[in-house]
Amino acid sequence: MTLTTDFNTIEPYNLPDERGHFGPYGGVFVAETLMEPIDELRTAYERYMKDPEFLKELDRDLQYYVGRPSPIYHAERMSRHFGGAQILLKREDLNHTGAHKVNNTIGQALLAQRMGKTRIIAETGAGQHGVATATVAARLGLECVVYMGEVDVARQAPNVLRMRLLGATVVPVSSGSKTLKDALNEAMRDWVTHVDNTFYIIGTVAGPHPYPAMVRDFQSVIGRESREQMMAQTGRLPDALVACVGGGSNAIGLFHPFIGDTEVAMYGVEAAGDGIETGRHSAPLSAGRPGVLHGNRTYLIEDDDGEIIETHSISAGLDYPGVGPEHAWLKDIGRAHYVAITDTEAMEGFHALTRMEGIIPALESSHAVAYAMKLAPTLDRDQQILINLSGRGDKDINTIAAREGITL
Amino acid sequence: MSRLTQRFNDLRQRGRTALIPFITAGDPDPSFTVPALHALVKAGADIIEVGVPFSDPMADGPVIQRASERALAHKMSLRKTLELVKQFRMEDHETPVVLMGYLNPIEAMGYEAFRDQAVASGVDGVLTVDMPPEEASEFLELLKASDIDPIFLLAPNSTEARIQKMGALGHGYLYYVALKGVTGAGHLDLANVEKKLKEIRQWTALPLAVGFGVKNAETAAAIGQLSEGVVVGSALVSQIEAAQEDPSAALLGMTDLISSMRHALDAAPGSLV
Repeated sequence: MTLTTDFNTIEPYNLPDERGHFGPYGGVFVAETLMEPIDELRTAYERYMKDPEFLKELDRDLQYYVGRPSPIYHAERMSRHFGGAQILLKREDLNHTGAHKVNNTIGQALLAQRMGKTRIIAETGAGQHGVATATVAARLGLECVVYMGEVDVARQAPNVLRMRLLGATVVPVSSGSKTLKDALNEAMRDWVTHVDNTFYIIGTVAGPHPYPAMVRDFQSVIGRESREQMMAQTGRLPDALVACVGGGSNAIGLFHPFIGDTEVAMYGVEAAGDGIETGRHSAPLSAGRPGVLHGNRTYLIEDDDGEIIETHSISAGLDYPGVGPEHAWLKDIGRAHYVAITDTEAMEGFHALTRMEGIIPALESSHAVAYAMKLAPTLDRDQQILINLSGRGDKDINTIAAREGITL
Repeated sequence: MSRLTQRFNDLRQRGRTALIPFITAGDPDPSFTVPALHALVKAGADIIEVGVPFSDPMADGPVIQRASERALAHKMSLRKTLELVKQFRMEDHETPVVLMGYLNPIEAMGYEAFRDQAVASGVDGVLTVDMPPEEASEFLELLKASDIDPIFLLAPNSTEARIQKMGALGHGYLYYVALKGVTGAGHLDLANVEKKLKEIRQWTALPLAVGFGVKNAETAAAIGQLSEGVVVGSALVSQIEAAQEDPSAALLGMTDLISSMRHALDAAPGSLV
């Protein structure tokens, strides 16, 4: 069968435009005080992404510090079990710090260094981005402050300790819903107060331009490697890509180098939480509408008055009411499909991969696994699904134990 | 001529600095707001900024964040804020009202619907913190067909090019953010404010109102020497917060602060503007 929508009418893809727009999405929606530092960042980003020295240093760090390239692994037993398409895993969980997040923090930290910034701040949900930021800050000897919602501090205690061990100051955020979105608000407030010496490392493909494009560019190493590895290992490109989407950085990192390959279908998997119909979910592309939050226009989960609604997901890293603007655009033009997986289904994906392949996935990535389990049986045995296994599940054992009534 | 422009013209003739209090609509509950607006006028306010509560007030410090949370707990919204302004307008036809808030509630309502309802409610200006002019062309086009003035922010790090842009696109007045930070933060550096205002005046004849960090009568008077308007937000909202269980005490705390600022502004020697 064929998976892709026919979109031969799409113009050559060269987005965002100069001011950071992906169609109607993206842009720069921030208060005046942030316009100058954002402009400074955009200038540096445009300059260094063309600077051979910078790119060489980035590549070196990705190879020797992160451990790239991450392998693509053929999950044969799982493929046999579900029948249908072959399931392959892009093993971002094997990166240093255990997730894809470090691809981006390495890049942004090198940029911060080039810009002469001495202080790094970040927001974090699951703590993976916080850990990846604290890690590179430690390595480069930069001061590091990580904002994290109080709810997430409680449910991701191991990562909080890791960040503190790495020398970062973790600031619990008690405003609003006390989760990722509030941590982002607080990081923005810190930035506006300390613009002169501070670099804000955003962890996902959201925020004001240039963040969505810059984080995508740093994460695109996932998709670039995948193209080569699929060609080398299987002789062709995959039929479908599957990745979880919170803010959407691992998904866009995988998708972006394949956007022009119209025969490759793309599935972004949002968190349906207790189920879309319950209203307790984190799936703006599946059940939200466009609005403006955190510096960009994108799909949001909001009420009729435009107030952001508290989201829910078993996975802290997907518990966010917005999504990167490029995903909003890929949805609208039909190039990528966005689906949603409930907490319960994600747990099934988690257990399936753990027991059948001996790989413990992060709860975020378990959403992608769960969707691939549904998709595989609808395809032929000679078709291939590539899942971005964005992180490992060690950090989630407390959540899983609590959910399954296990006392540690 | 818009009510805002008229007000600044009148004040200039009378040699008076505009005192511009900010309160959040619906804080601590919706019944407080309209009496509070009238009390502010009586205590010496020339223009009022009414905050539209938003779930994610990125540019605000803890005081105004909590005001937003209190208001949202009472289901306050942009629509209900406009209703409160309308009630205020039934008795006060003179005092300009500026809505200050974030873009998303306006996006959710739709630009045109918002414009129409704001006109019908007697709103005079709109300051959308997270909508810089680069993203505002459609909105500005719609406002042109009304008497509502778009108010833009300028900051200590605004470049010359941006000052020119705001000067060209802004109406009513420009709001100068006196420090790098969130609302209610830090201490003002008057010398820096003076220097930046001089730079801004090279590019625009619009009245300048200064806010962020105006804590008491003394700072208000000092700022009043430099600008056409002084905005007081967090210090005022703190008065409401301190007495949120007792509306009459909250009103008293608010009006005491505004009266003291009024007196200090009026007693100050002739201002520079």
